[in-house]
Amino acid sequence: MRDGADPAAPMLEVEDLAKHFDVSRPLLHRLLSGEGRRILRAVDGVSFAIPKGTTLSLVGESGCGKSTVARLVVGLYTPTRGRVRFAGHDLHEARADAAQRRRMQMIFQDPYASLNPRWRVRDIIAEPIRAFGLVKGRAAERERVAELLTHVGLSPLDGEKYPHEFSGGQRQRISIARALSSSPEFLVCDEPTSALDVSVQAQILNLMKALQRELGLTYLFISHNLAVVRQVSDRVGVMYLGRLVELAPAETLFTAPRHPYTRALLDAVPDLGMTGRQRVPVGGEVPSPIAPPPGCAFHPRCPLADARCRAERPALLPAGEAVVACHAVEEGRDGAARREPAGALAPDAA
Amino acid sequence: MAPPLLEVRDLRVEFPTRRGVLTALDGVSFAIEAGEVLGVVGESGAGKSMTGAAIIGLIEPPGRIAGGQILLEGRRIDDLPYERLRRIRGREIGAIFQDPLTTLNPLYTVGEQLEETMLTHLPIGREEARRRAVGWLERVGIPAAAQRIGSYPHEFSGGMRQRVVIALALCAEPKLVIADEPTTALDVSIQAQIIALLKGLTRERGTAVMLITHDMGVIAETADRVAVMYAGRIAEIGPVREVVKHPRHPYTAGLMASIPPLDRRVERLAQIEGAMPRLSEIPPGCAFHPRCPQAFDRCRRERPGLLDAGGTRAACWLHLDRAGRHA
Repeated sequence: MRDGADPAAPMLEVEDLAKHFDVSRPLLHRLLSGEGRRILRAVDGVSFAIPKGTTLSLVGESGCGKSTVARLVVGLYTPTRGRVRFAGHDLHEARADAAQRRRMQMIFQDPYASLNPRWRVRDIIAEPIRAFGLVKGRAAERERVAELLTHVGLSPLDGEKYPHEFSGGQRQRISIARALSSSPEFLVCDEPTSALDVSVQAQILNLMKALQRELGLTYLFISHNLAVVRQVSDRVGVMYLGRLVELAPAETLFTAPRHPYTRALLDAVPDLGMTGRQRVPVGGEVPSPIAPPPGCAFHPRCPLADARCRAERPALLPAGEAVVACHAVEEGRDGAARREPAGALAPDAA
Repeated sequence: MAPPLLEVRDLRVEFPTRRGVLTALDGVSFAIEAGEVLGVVGESGAGKSMTGAAIIGLIEPPGRIAGGQILLEGRRIDDLPYERLRRIRGREIGAIFQDPLTTLNPLYTVGEQLEETMLTHLPIGREEARRRAVGWLERVGIPAAAQRIGSYPHEFSGGMRQRVVIALALCAEPKLVIADEPTTALDVSIQAQIIALLKGLTRERGTAVMLITHDMGVIAETADRVAVMYAGRIAEIGPVREVVKHPRHPYTAGLMASIPPLDRRVERLAQIEGAMPRLSEIPPGCAFHPRCPQAFDRCRRERPGLLDAGGTRAACWLHLDRAGRHA
């Protein structure tokens, strides 16, 4: 039945993925006011692949579509267009098949909202075990839960407690234990540390890296925090208004960013080393995804924009080790600006 | 010598609960000079927002100031009746909170809110207030300010709304601004714009700022001095460069080391084992001792005060030698 699966295939392949939301006003209102439909293109044609055992991170500002990609990949949303292939299978088929479904789990941002407050921790963690019928008998289940709790740095005795008895970081450990309980190979992590304090964040990131090494996990990691992304990623995709603007090996992206937006983002991050140094703000704001600018969506904020950028949408093209969607990079017009601070970005374009 | 603009002395805030009295702030002392930005950092529950709330008199009951003093230009403000304090808040102390939507009134235009604030606190007329309202929106970088003055808060984007909040906090020309996570809800690119704005305005007017945030990056580039809080107490306070680059308190050192760097990849981030204790479980002695790699006997028995640690002051017995015998 599932013969199509190629053992050497990437864990996840995403091709021309799109998700559009209809945010129109009610029909009557539209008829009376003569307003058209309003379509929000949250994700609009995204392609990438994640090899087994590696981490791909998606970064971008709020509204860029990174969390929507995460939800599409685990099947929480149905794509408007495009394909997701998981371990060589079409996602739709994989979701219908419990044996495939258990191989994929998700960790959410908010460890306060994602755990049922009325359940004991041992039941929270055992739920996927029961749902997939992974172990036989109460004793074996209890043993497995104890093992998972130990694995994420909690005590087996913690299974008897309720979520409110734990701190944010401990709750995120519980979320991770629950995600691991079906022995998945692929984890989608949507901002797993952004609700946590920095010292706790370090604990969780270290735990996630250790688990990846031990269990050979593959991660899709969603974050707005570039410093965190640098620590965990093999490759990084930068999203802007529903599209990838740059996709590159992590080291390349952080040491030699190509897309003007990537450079501006990196430049905008406050860094401890820069005490007293003036940070160069990126001008303007992300435009509305309902009415994105024509051509390259970044052109109103881009110092390198010209007539072509305003008219023609750039495709993702190879540029060294990266793929970049930028006419300036393609035409070699970015060279001079690369040595300038990205603060040359146009002032407020709003 | 003139007293500092703001002085907090031995502040103690308590919350009576059914299970006993919780101490949310315990012996917090610091000062802010005019034109100075004091950063206040710490993990959630460390007491940084509580300190800000105590200064503006907005501690939610049943919480209460149980000890200590808060002085603005040498005058006590912690024991003022509600009406007097309300007038000081807004006129002399401005506040900026994390979520601009809770600060702005959705039923009034931003112009009306700015004008109303100025008419309440400044000896000016409606005409002048309107003129200044446009000026403030321009100053905080809102394009087409003269037109936007008639817009309602929901008609602005998140970044623009936070600019309006800043204009609102500054328009009565307060001497002190309490900014509690002013950029946390914003994207990095907008965050940088807001920080630059806040910094410029304070430098230009000599306003003092207490900047409360968990983001050390923001503190590092904005603050002159920084206070690190832990379990309702100040663990370390000093010039921002010293605290960031050469932390003297083991907690500060652990906190700084756990921040992921942007300029390189490290295999394993430094982490502080355990978690900050709950208010009901603060250990005796130094509150950090159960997690401290350098704790010794005295740390478990006796609480350290802020000691001179050479460059900063740290609440840590390791610095007793330098500080001499006074503690």
